[in-house]
Amino acid sequence: MKALVITLLLSAISSSVLAANVRIAVASNFTAAAQALSAAFTQRTKHDVQISSGSTGKLYIQIRHGAPFDLLLAADMERPHKLYTEGYTNTPPFTYATGQLVLWSRDLSGVVDGMDILNSDTVKRLAIANAKTAPYGKAAQEVLDNLKTTHSSWKLIRGDNIAQTYQFAASGNVNAAFVARAQIVLDKRGFTWQVPQSLYSPIQQGAILLKHGINNPAANAFYRFLSSDEAKSVIQRYGYITR
Amino acid sequence: MLDAILLTLKLATLTTIILLIIGIPLAWWLARSRGLFKDMIATLVSMPLVLPPTVLGFYLLITLGPDSPLGNVLSSLFGGPLTFTFSGLVIGSVIFSLPFMVQPLRNTFESIGNRPLEVAATLRASPLDTFFSVVLPLSRNGLLTGSIMSFVHTLGEFGVVLMIGGNIPGETKVLSIAIYDYVESLEWAQAHLIAGSMLCFSFIVILSMTLLERNSRKAGGL
Repeated sequence: MKALVITLLLSAISSSVLAANVRIAVASNFTAAAQALSAAFTQRTKHDVQISSGSTGKLYIQIRHGAPFDLLLAADMERPHKLYTEGYTNTPPFTYATGQLVLWSRDLSGVVDGMDILNSDTVKRLAIANAKTAPYGKAAQEVLDNLKTTHSSWKLIRGDNIAQTYQFAASGNVNAAFVARAQIVLDKRGFTWQVPQSLYSPIQQGAILLKHGINNPAANAFYRFLSSDEAKSVIQRYGYITR
Repeated sequence: MLDAILLTLKLATLTTIILLIIGIPLAWWLARSRGLFKDMIATLVSMPLVLPPTVLGFYLLITLGPDSPLGNVLSSLFGGPLTFTFSGLVIGSVIFSLPFMVQPLRNTFESIGNRPLEVAATLRASPLDTFFSVVLPLSRNGLLTGSIMSFVHTLGEFGVVLMIGGNIPGETKVLSIAIYDYVESLEWAQAHLIAGSMLCFSFIVILSMTLLERNSRKAGGL
């Protein structure tokens, strides 16, 4: 019995030394890309990656309250920067990806321009993410403000984060939604309008290595991996611009 | 804030009224019948007690959405899909609080027993007359408990609303969602205000119910 316990303990210790876990908090828009990245990373290093996704604002609050994340891949620069000034990380954030906002509709077709969608009567409900907590929601709100669209023809539905916003449109519950390009890269249905960059401030997405992960070799490795060419090509494949 | 309070009260009131209309006959039938079919229905009614609200939210999203036949029927009846509308929330709340209305009613109905019914029958009261003039007055406590529980339970509903609500002020943004929003955007003063009020309110409600039951037991009610 004793021998068994010791063996178990030893095996637990050795496996944790060989392959560490890294816990990553990921903004909803980047979830699919992060999964692809972690698959590539695990193949290369044998480290396991655990992904928790949510709106950037929510993840920020969770980290402030001691959530055990090693890294944060946010959807803006503002919150990672806040965490830096508040002392939750030793390194200022770097831009790992620049996101693009699209207007996507599952069922509308034969539309030429997104402006037509916003001004047409076929759209009864338009979904955007919560502008307070989701950077893509904030960008979508900027677009609506800049276009000065009248809210008379349709109702605005708010998703808790950009993933829920996309789900509203994918399930057909809303006619159209402002989502991240990354989310519809793999979805060939419907109609996509690439929103002109002039209508919203650039969505620069910042990454930080949190203090929680500083002594975790796997976390450090993933942080470095993010800027590698291999990672960049994956990130680009998901519809982001990288430097 | 006032929007959210009024909307929540409206939702809870409407849900409670609909539940009384559905719950009374359903609980009566469950209390008076035997057999496997009854047991299956009783199980279905109790399901919302143990299911995560997200399960209900997910199915409602699918069922009320435009891709389902039922969703399309309801769409044409209500002039649009029910997801992200107040009516949709009412449907969700009714299903979600059903056991809170039916259980206390069923227990009360069962505790009445056959005797009062037999007495009423010998006095030539019709079954319907018996129900309204004998059973319901005797079931005052069950009705009260069921109504209060359903009402309070609906006030605290969150998971279902998060999934089929869409956070629309004045339409689907109820108190629990408002708290969530305030916490998420670091507006803790407002979050404290709502959360604290709800805490006190629930405490008062449950305490009143306890006192009420004790008094009625003293008075010899059921």
